[in-house]
Amino acid sequence: MMTMHKRTLVLAIATTSLVAGLAMTAYAANGEPESEAMPYQNLTELGYPAPQEGELVHVPPTMEDLEAADIHPELKKVIRYGYELFTDTQQLRDKYVYNDMNCSSCHLGEGRQPFSAPVWTAAVTLPDFRGKNQHVNSLEERIAGCFAYSMNGVPPEYGSDEMLALSSYHQWLATGAPMYPDKPIYGRGFPAPDEPEQAPDYARGEAAYQENCAICHQEDGSGHYENGEYVFPAPWGDGSNNWGAGIARLDTAAGFIQNNMPLGQPHSLSDQQAWDIAYYVSSQERPQDPRYTGDVAETAERFHGRSLYGKAREHDDHVLGDHDNFGDKGDAQPWNVGMPRFENLSED
Amino acid sequence: MTNNHLRKFCLLLGAGLVAGSALAQQGDVERGQSAAATCTACHQADGSGMHMENGESWPRLAGLDAGYIVKQLHDFKEGRRQSATMMPFANMLDDQQVLDVAAYYSQLEVTPGQGGDKADEALLARGEQLANRGDWDAYIVSCKSCHGPGGMGVGSDFPGITSQHAGYIQAQLQAWKDEERSNDPQNLMGSIAKRLSDDDIQAVSAWYARQNASQAEGE
Repeated sequence: MMTMHKRTLVLAIATTSLVAGLAMTAYAANGEPESEAMPYQNLTELGYPAPQEGELVHVPPTMEDLEAADIHPELKKVIRYGYELFTDTQQLRDKYVYNDMNCSSCHLGEGRQPFSAPVWTAAVTLPDFRGKNQHVNSLEERIAGCFAYSMNGVPPEYGSDEMLALSSYHQWLATGAPMYPDKPIYGRGFPAPDEPEQAPDYARGEAAYQENCAICHQEDGSGHYENGEYVFPAPWGDGSNNWGAGIARLDTAAGFIQNNMPLGQPHSLSDQQAWDIAYYVSSQERPQDPRYTGDVAETAERFHGRSLYGKAREHDDHVLGDHDNFGDKGDAQPWNVGMPRFENLSED
Repeated sequence: MTNNHLRKFCLLLGAGLVAGSALAQQGDVERGQSAAATCTACHQADGSGMHMENGESWPRLAGLDAGYIVKQLHDFKEGRRQSATMMPFANMLDDQQVLDVAAYYSQLEVTPGQGGDKADEALLARGEQLANRGDWDAYIVSCKSCHGPGGMGVGSDFPGITSQHAGYIQAQLQAWKDEERSNDPQNLMGSIAKRLSDDDIQAVSAWYARQNASQAEGE
């Protein structure tokens, strides 16, 4: 059906456009290498850039591939559990998650989708040094970071069932991709749109948000609940990520928006609209950064070069992040934030 | 829509707003039941509609969101949604009657969907995949991501599709795909429908027709 159609189309295109020097990896359930055809052709039709020469292009396996895979059934179970946690993280609400998000709220397409911060990339690039916390992080520590900031929560312990299941799912998605790749990865992160012609603007952003986003995320950004169950995530407020999340940065938010929103219509917003909406959304309040020192200016200085945290809004002079509302988690402390590492290693 | 139509629509909208502020427009279930007498020939007394294997299926209205029904009726009346069958009936209803029949049908108990019985296992598996997870390699987002958990609908913009007749879902998705229906907000449905193959449309229609709304609620 769909798959056959796609494969034929891809092959036809690939004969003319396959770029030499491009590394392509994909999982093959039957043990046969996948065809050398260029994947993600349909993304270019949607306005995404095509893979460039010298890029690593990886197609992660699907859950159907997992069922068919020749791996230990116990491992399958754990990966499946990781998938379920990833796509329904709300099952950890009030234990490890204190807002209304799932991992898949931002990492669309079950964490497999290019330009939607596909998560397999973490499994092949870590351990590595991260500027955010100034030390070498493992995959588990990276996931713990998402719990502390994007989920406004408290991470499951390293090595716990939840953590192992989630990291197994990440690593499974990376099947076939080279460890520590020496090439840039196609579709990694949320690449920011080009600089807009006009500086991002609150009023323009508000108008564009109401026109393009409010139908799902609501005029007041509270998201949408149906019968008590959350359907559309909250872009700001207590149901959303806290100030420390990656997507609180203006360029990351603009990149997420243009590459993924409105759902099903990526790249339908102009560069200007994406930046304006990001600016408007980023100008709203959300739970305090768990790295808060008690002083908004000091916290901004230390951690917020790319967000609007600590800045005064023009229209009402409100200083963003100047509050002690930590959202639904209250006094609960994410244990991973500020945890010292490698103190015994000597300076070079 | 021609400019003339557009102008008429704006006038109607203006009149509606004025009337709305004076009367606090609300539907009345009892008045709706009598106004719905013209609807029952197709949509049935219990609002269950009917699946037609080789013809136009009549959608189940029972349990649909009232705001969604109101919008569809106005869209039929004002030409934003085309249906030779519905147009004359929608035109018989005035604005208050539209609100009344919507209130009436929305409070009826959801009836089972028909037309999914003949689907084989592979088709249903594909239907379930599209409904709950989508197929991102074809950039098809899951139905559930807008129509809500269990396809029960979200607010007035995203109708419940579980327990709807296969023939009706299929015809609507096909109409969106062929650009014959376009009254969805922001082309949210149209953009997805265009990426669905004919098999995909059949699969997802059959799967939702087989889901029991009362069970889905407990999920």
